[in-house]
Amino acid sequence: MNEFALLVAATLSAGTVLAIAALGLLINEKAGIVNLGAEGLMLCAAIAGFATVVHTGNDWIGFLAGMGAGALLAALFGVMVIWLNTNQYATGLALSLFGAGISAFMGVTYVQEKLPERASFSLPFLSDIPLLGTAIFKQHPLVYLAFFLALAIVVFLYKTRAGLVLRSVGESPESAHALGYPVRRIRLLAVMFGGAMCGLAGAYLSIVYTPLWVEGMVAGKGWIALALTTFATWRPARVLLGAYLFGGVTMLQFALQSRGVEISEQLLSMTPYIATIVVLALISRNPAWIRINMPQSLGKPFYPGA
Amino acid sequence: VFRLEARPNPSKSWSVASPLLALAITVLIGVIIFAVMGKAPLIALSMFFWEPIKSAYALSELAVKATPLLVIALGLAVCFRSNIWNIGAEGQFVIGAICGGGVALLAEKHTGVWIVAAVLLAGTLGGMLWAAVVALLRDRFNANEILTSLMLVYVATFLLTYLVFGPWKDPNGYNFPQSKTFEMVTQIPRLMEGSRVSIGLIIALIGVGALWVYLFRTFSGFQLQVGGLAPHAARYAGFSSRKALWTALLISGGAAGLAGALEVAGPIGQLTPYVPAGYGFAAIIVAFVGRLHPVGIVFAAILMSMFYIGGELAQSRLGLSKSLTGVFQGLLLFTLLACDTLIAYRIKWYGWKR
Repeated sequence: MNEFALLVAATLSAGTVLAIAALGLLINEKAGIVNLGAEGLMLCAAIAGFATVVHTGNDWIGFLAGMGAGALLAALFGVMVIWLNTNQYATGLALSLFGAGISAFMGVTYVQEKLPERASFSLPFLSDIPLLGTAIFKQHPLVYLAFFLALAIVVFLYKTRAGLVLRSVGESPESAHALGYPVRRIRLLAVMFGGAMCGLAGAYLSIVYTPLWVEGMVAGKGWIALALTTFATWRPARVLLGAYLFGGVTMLQFALQSRGVEISEQLLSMTPYIATIVVLALISRNPAWIRINMPQSLGKPFYPGA
Repeated sequence: VFRLEARPNPSKSWSVASPLLALAITVLIGVIIFAVMGKAPLIALSMFFWEPIKSAYALSELAVKATPLLVIALGLAVCFRSNIWNIGAEGQFVIGAICGGGVALLAEKHTGVWIVAAVLLAGTLGGMLWAAVVALLRDRFNANEILTSLMLVYVATFLLTYLVFGPWKDPNGYNFPQSKTFEMVTQIPRLMEGSRVSIGLIIALIGVGALWVYLFRTFSGFQLQVGGLAPHAARYAGFSSRKALWTALLISGGAAGLAGALEVAGPIGQLTPYVPAGYGFAAIIVAFVGRLHPVGIVFAAILMSMFYIGGELAQSRLGLSKSLTGVFQGLLLFTLLACDTLIAYRIKWYGWKR
């Protein structure tokens, strides 16, 4: 049973990376912008965060550095797609390729670095509960933050005026523009928020989850996070659920290995990617359902007065 | 401060000038990077733009690197022109390498030269198969091809590592994760003594001609492009979007697979975990920088292989990291997309005060 509790704990930790990134991407997609650069953002943030912790020894400054790096690169992407009207897919792809290159370049000297020994986290009293304590209440604070983030996004999107404006910008930028809302500035802010969250996820990956820097260490998690927003048909709670399901798939592979199941490590490593493809196919099977739930202007450029 | 004003017609001259401007900006940023790293910018730049072309041997190495990029990018041009976002060419390349390499491993000392054709055919079919998965998922399940083709890159790469760590590992290879070296007979025939340029280059150049004919002289190629530019017009004209989807993905997958087979049976000579070298992703940039036009792609492929060779030289001679190549590749695509804005818009300056 204790093994199961540890598996749950590991799933929560693995799912957190996906959850934070996907919740951030959800916001910019709700505003009508697809950012295919998520993978590149996460890589840059991972090295930025890792390097910061190596130099300062403080995890939290590292997370901030990751968020900053993510937001900054996302802003570059945002200016290009929103003001220069470049193709969102191509620009996002460029960001992913550039991010992979620049993070590898910046990270060369950090490949052998190790982070200082860190204190383990546990919530007072709750972590003493048998099983449940091990499974849920001995996590890094960011794991709980993911839940608060999901909750905050639900409240923001569906209970506040600003959230309504954001959704209207994604559904019909023309109407929002006609009503006098600064569509492009709102979109830029949404893109930067998405970038900051991808950055936080990337920094969590290199500072807490692994914790080390390896070239290309995000290994497709940015792309899976992008797929998650579709899986969840753009609903925050479902994004969270999907993220932990995928965290579980990743962990299952290690659980099977530790039990000595006779499957090659490489074949098991394919599972999260194959699972993404299968789930994507199942969810997208009904085009009408996707169309109803998708922000209507998603991926389409908007240029006022053009 | 400024506004973009839509041009009545896309500017022809900017569509040619934009890649050149993008290259100039990329070089400028490169100079800044070199200066910051404390290297003499001119010497560093010469690694990228002079060393790769200064001798016959250097030129032949340039051609060796440009061949796979060219082959993959030609196929991708068909995809992108029909507005199908196959970004998983790297995976199709790897599967082509696995299939081609699998056939090459079957060869014995006395096998005939026909085995080369079999290797290339197997690679092409493998790449087509991998792209067909993407086409099927899009056709039957409406699944976004960007995500599925990219996920399949990871699956293909793990399949390769599984094979070279497991069933295909060379028993006499001191436990290194690699297949045994292919028999000499499977080696792609070289064009001349003393250089590594193979008939792959000829195949690539034939591909350039074939793509030109296909795009601009056949009805199928026309239908495909109409579908990409104006889906509604294509549907009204009765052009099948499903046929375009399958054609585009099979062509680009086949091309990437062929490149994979050419690479393992050519310069590499065995299967190793290092077969995926990012050519599939670099070829996306090649296709865009080459304006999705066969002739433009030739120049773009040469430029991109300069980046590759320059990166290696900068590492061995200046002690800069090889990953600089990736930085420049990404930068070039970024600046290209920004400069491309000038094709459809002109900038109208309003001064600093509004």
